[in-house]
Amino acid sequence: MNRRFSWFNATSLTLGFVFLYLPMIILIIFSFNSSKLVTVWAGFSTKWYGELLGNKAFLDAAWVTLKVAVLSSTLATVLGTMAAYVLVRAGRFAGRTLFSGMIYAPLVMPEVITGLAMLLLFISIGMDRGVSTIVLAHTTFTMCYVSVVVSSRLVTFDKSLEEAALDLGCTPFDAFRSVTLPIIAPAVISGWLLAFTLSLDDLVIASFAAGPSSTTLPMKIFSSVRLGVSPEINALSTLMIGIVTVGVITASLVSKRSIARQRAEEQAAARA
Amino acid sequence: MNLRRLVLIATPYLWLVVFFLVPFVIVFKIALSDYAISIPPYTPTLDLSAGWEGIKSFFGALDFENFTFLASDALYWKAYLSSLQIAAISTVITLLVGYPIAYGMAQASDEWRPTLMMLVILPFWTSFLIRVYSWIGILSNEGFLNQFLLWLGIIDTPLTILNTNAAVYVGIVYTYLPFMVLPIYSALEKLDGSLIEAAEDLGCSRAQAFWLITLPLSKPGVIAGCFLVFIPALGEFVIPSILGGSSTLMIGKVLFEEFFSNRDWPVASAVAVVLLLILIVPIILFQRNEQKQREANQ
Amino acid sequence: MAQPANRPVFAPWNDPAEKPLIRFQNVTKKFGEFVAIDDLTLDIFRREFFALLGPSGCGKTTLMRMLAGFEAPTSGTILLDGVDIAPIPPNKRATNMMFQSYALFPHLTVWDNIAFGLKRSDMPKDRIPARVEEMLRLVRLEKFAKRKPHQISGGQRQRVALARSLAKAPKLLLLDEPLGALDKKLRQDTQFELMDIQEKTGTTFVIVTHDQEEAMTVASRVAVMDHGKMIQVDTPDRIYESPNSVYVADFIGDVNIVEGAARPNGDKYAIAWAEGQPEIAATSADTIAPGTKVHFAIRPEKVAIASERPEGRANVIEGTVSDIAYLGNISTYKVEVAGGRMIKAQVANERRLARRDITWDDKVWLSFTDTAGIVLQQ
Ligand SMILES: Nc1ncnc2c1ncn2[C@@H]1O[C@H](COP(=O)(O)OP(=O)(O)O)[C@@H](O)[C@H]1O
Ligand SMILES: [Mg+2]
Repeated sequence: MNRRFSWFNATSLTLGFVFLYLPMIILIIFSFNSSKLVTVWAGFSTKWYGELLGNKAFLDAAWVTLKVAVLSSTLATVLGTMAAYVLVRAGRFAGRTLFSGMIYAPLVMPEVITGLAMLLLFISIGMDRGVSTIVLAHTTFTMCYVSVVVSSRLVTFDKSLEEAALDLGCTPFDAFRSVTLPIIAPAVISGWLLAFTLSLDDLVIASFAAGPSSTTLPMKIFSSVRLGVSPEINALSTLMIGIVTVGVITASLVSKRSIARQRAEEQAAARA
Repeated sequence: MNLRRLVLIATPYLWLVVFFLVPFVIVFKIALSDYAISIPPYTPTLDLSAGWEGIKSFFGALDFENFTFLASDALYWKAYLSSLQIAAISTVITLLVGYPIAYGMAQASDEWRPTLMMLVILPFWTSFLIRVYSWIGILSNEGFLNQFLLWLGIIDTPLTILNTNAAVYVGIVYTYLPFMVLPIYSALEKLDGSLIEAAEDLGCSRAQAFWLITLPLSKPGVIAGCFLVFIPALGEFVIPSILGGSSTLMIGKVLFEEFFSNRDWPVASAVAVVLLLILIVPIILFQRNEQKQREANQ
Repeated sequence: MAQPANRPVFAPWNDPAEKPLIRFQNVTKKFGEFVAIDDLTLDIFRREFFALLGPSGCGKTTLMRMLAGFEAPTSGTILLDGVDIAPIPPNKRATNMMFQSYALFPHLTVWDNIAFGLKRSDMPKDRIPARVEEMLRLVRLEKFAKRKPHQISGGQRQRVALARSLAKAPKLLLLDEPLGALDKKLRQDTQFELMDIQEKTGTTFVIVTHDQEEAMTVASRVAVMDHGKMIQVDTPDRIYESPNSVYVADFIGDVNIVEGAARPNGDKYAIAWAEGQPEIAATSADTIAPGTKVHFAIRPEKVAIASERPEGRANVIEGTVSDIAYLGNISTYKVEVAGGRMIKAQVANERRLARRDITWDDKVWLSFTDTAGIVLQQ
């Protein structure tokens, strides 16, 4: 693309990013508002954060959410990586089309349908709903995202590296563990992160899969949001946005630095 | 030969069969059952202890009654139509908002692009729910938008935006914007700059070159982006229930309420089955577009 | 005075008592309907440097992959040291492969790449470092042991790949176009290095290449393949001087091919190739029936060119110069002869300021002896 950055481009980018970020910035600012009235500024205060931390219902929900997210994303990463490996490497086997269909379908499936289907399954096999059913449901839909992320890395993975490992005496499993996995690790990690955030974020599927005693944070937020804007939710949102922003920026700085270091090393090698 | 290979394939396979395929079979089955005030709230239930007779009476009791009910009750087909309409209109608006952003990113210099890219992706990682929620304070009657417009003197009574379809459009455009920007950007980024130069060399103005070269070549990205917005928007639940009003009809919301408020599982299942059937068309078109692009890349 | 030590000729393929290290017996490999290797039978001997030569897609890589264990023959058997290797998985075979792409593990250092195979062999742990050092010395990379593959140059990477595949002291080393990615100069240096290492380690090498010069340089024997079949397996000089077919003659080096009908003429043959032209006199080890259609093949450097008719040469042909290619050390003249045929003659540029006594459109005389060319029936 020949780049001639014009005023039009600058304007559309500015407006676009204002549109994307202004709502969240307003939210953050008003989480420090001392008034209960969420649209009128009445001075700086952090009291809503204090109230939030004293709200046991929110803390319980946060704990359930975190537990579910860690468990389901870890399970989903294992299953999704296996599925990706099967899709890319296993060649032909009976029912391959069905398999890849089942991997891609959850990505385009409306959450209400996935959630409904899950719930009906749990009921027909007589499973008590709670943390474990949310974990199962989340694992199932997030493993598909993991396998898409990992398989797009595996496709570009040079197969001769695995063959070289076999040639040098590795068993297939050993070759996967000591050659393939370390190389595709960044994709596996981003798959895990994606599964983790999807699980943290999910409202609809969790609503179906959850029992009366297991409320997740999004469910809690949703039920209070239906009553309108509340400064406590603003404070909670600010915390969540803050954590994500710090996380994403750190991750990108780390990867940028490692790329820069790699470049420098390559240049040093070229000079040597 | 290969116990390992078998385990490798069977583990994710069985998982998906049990937790994804079987549930859908159950949804289909319940969609064909009748509502009953019992636990579970539908009949028939498969009674295997009755042997062959049980199975026969089970299948005999399944019918398409729920589907005829859906067709006869205006609420449902209106909800489908209105979902299609809302999804289509929001997709067009998202395209109009997203294209200039993607174009601007593609025109930006090399050192800026990773940052711009991150700025587009960052909202992906923040909670969907919170992003939708953030608009309540802006769109409500005493919200920031109305305050701003009143202050400008454009209006003298607050506009009612929240709890209308307009607010749903805003919510969909806002939350799905990155899905539109990213595929268009990646199509534009691949575009060879010398094509534009060649077009200008052959006498095109800048605007003509954009219209004749850039736009057609970004078409696969535009199509992908539109499907990526349209497909999830069609079954959307969170946005209409937070930003929409009681008159906002979207099928995701209807299904959710049918299930949780009315506890009519057979009808909820039938609603889901019809929604699935409607979704098959755009999904197949989307797959075809992706396939074509993959082939073109080879 | 001592007798000049006669270096023993290395030619196990001529010794009927010698057991081959590898024996392909009627091996066929199909991918679906496509026949990649077609009923191939071949012996390769211990300490050989065996080159597989052929156009892209003729099945060279497939042959190697069957040896390494990544493909199984559709029919036929492959014996290594007299044992059928079909049931042995790649990680248990006494062969190692140097991959076309090198396939160095990007996340491991040079040292760990070389040690990779050793750690998975039955070599005691404490002996591994010594072996790795030895390999590093062999390929002269001692200073680069701590680097990752992306931190070294292309030539160094290629040497790491070689060291890694040699470290386990395999009975057989497979090299798939090992020098393909290197530029010409580095490539020539590496060819000699490879020969040197092969001699030092005494390993049997099978090398795939599509560069005929490379095959001629390094190999003890060259196999020319086409469409999954062996066309000729022979020493480099015999492949060059006595190709068994037009295909081989044409594939290796530059050659003039003249079609004609042969008839016996005393202990030689006369080939009628053009109306009103003297027949070409040639010798052949084969007997050729009178009137057989043959191809007479002669290398350009065996054709002399002169502006006056030479005396006392077995074959003299008249023509006009249509093109001259100056290549520095040699010049090639393209000469049009009877019937519009082109024959190339190559002359070494011995003097620095060559007197241009032959130039475009000159009338010239081409000549060659009756043993310079070869008569091919196929
Ligand atoms: N796994 C495979 N499936 C189908 N065809 C293959 C496969 N591997 C190789 N072939 C075909 O076999 C022929 C020989 O390939 P190869 O041995 O790689 O040739 P080369 O002599 O260039 O190394 C080629 O035509 C190739 O397309
Ligand atoms: Mg090859």
